[in-house]
Amino acid sequence: MKARVTVTLKTGVLDPQGKAIEGALKSLGVAGVESVRQGKVFDIELSATNKAAAETELKIACEKLLANMVVENYRIDIA
Amino acid sequence: MNAAIILFPGSNREGDVARALQQASGKKPKIIWHADHDLPKGTDLVVLPGGFSYGDYLRCGSIAGRANIMDAVRAHAARGGLVLGICNGFQILCESGLLPGVLMRNRDLRFVCKMQHLKVENTSTRFSSHYAPGQVIKVAIAHGEGNFEADAETIARIEGEGRVAFRYCDAAGNVGGAANPNGSTNDIAGFYSEKLNVLGLMPHPENLIDPLVGGTDGRAMFQSLVATKTKAA
Repeated sequence: MKARVTVTLKTGVLDPQGKAIEGALKSLGVAGVESVRQGKVFDIELSATNKAAAETELKIACEKLLANMVVENYRIDIA
Repeated sequence: MNAAIILFPGSNREGDVARALQQASGKKPKIIWHADHDLPKGTDLVVLPGGFSYGDYLRCGSIAGRANIMDAVRAHAARGGLVLGICNGFQILCESGLLPGVLMRNRDLRFVCKMQHLKVENTSTRFSSHYAPGQVIKVAIAHGEGNFEADAETIARIEGEGRVAFRYCDAAGNVGGAANPNGSTNDIAGFYSEKLNVLGLMPHPENLIDPLVGGTDGRAMFQSLVATKTKAA
């Protein structure tokens, strides 16, 4: 089973990297960029065959390691 | 003073802090590998040294914060044992839950490596008794992620309980403004746990213990630690 975990900064947390990318896109002349927030993507292969069990394990993975819950949110998508 | 320094893959200041502790105590600290489960019997102080544990992968300090030895470090702290996290060690303390909040990328996105003045905010702890109240010290900083952030309630508690250890200031002791090198909330360079037995700080006092290499303003921290012998684990 394949899963994708997306970790993003919570709303309101300053993201200097996103800001720098936003500035770079604007200076490249990309039109209409209003804001950029940078995050992380993890593609994870699991031996589980049951979607619910996979989701339970992935939640543990996110909360114990992949996301810092002080400043980040996560989203789990199971294929 | 029995000190144990935890060595993670990518730590690089363990030798510096060992030298600083040995200078103050006359006793050589033990170096403990991160994959071990136990601290040496009778450990008074655990040090998480600076460096780039696990290459700063995922988030600074995140993987080291979940190492085997960290359970023993948490138990040591819960018993009232002393824990000092410097630079990457501070990041590890936040990632492991021993201190609240998080160290974010520096405001200006630059790795900052320079000498920095700090104001000593609290001289009544086991880490700081050899400093004078309000003393301004000059030590080295070298980090890319030293911008301390926490929710407003956590910041209010840290401030209200007098847990700020050091703030960034200029040579005259004026706190903040251009003297803040990384955007850290309330110019916090280091702060204590609720029981004042865990200290995390971004600057490197262990590198300022010899006039030959720029000053001795870091010595007082190690002298303070040695002077206040604590109950062994």
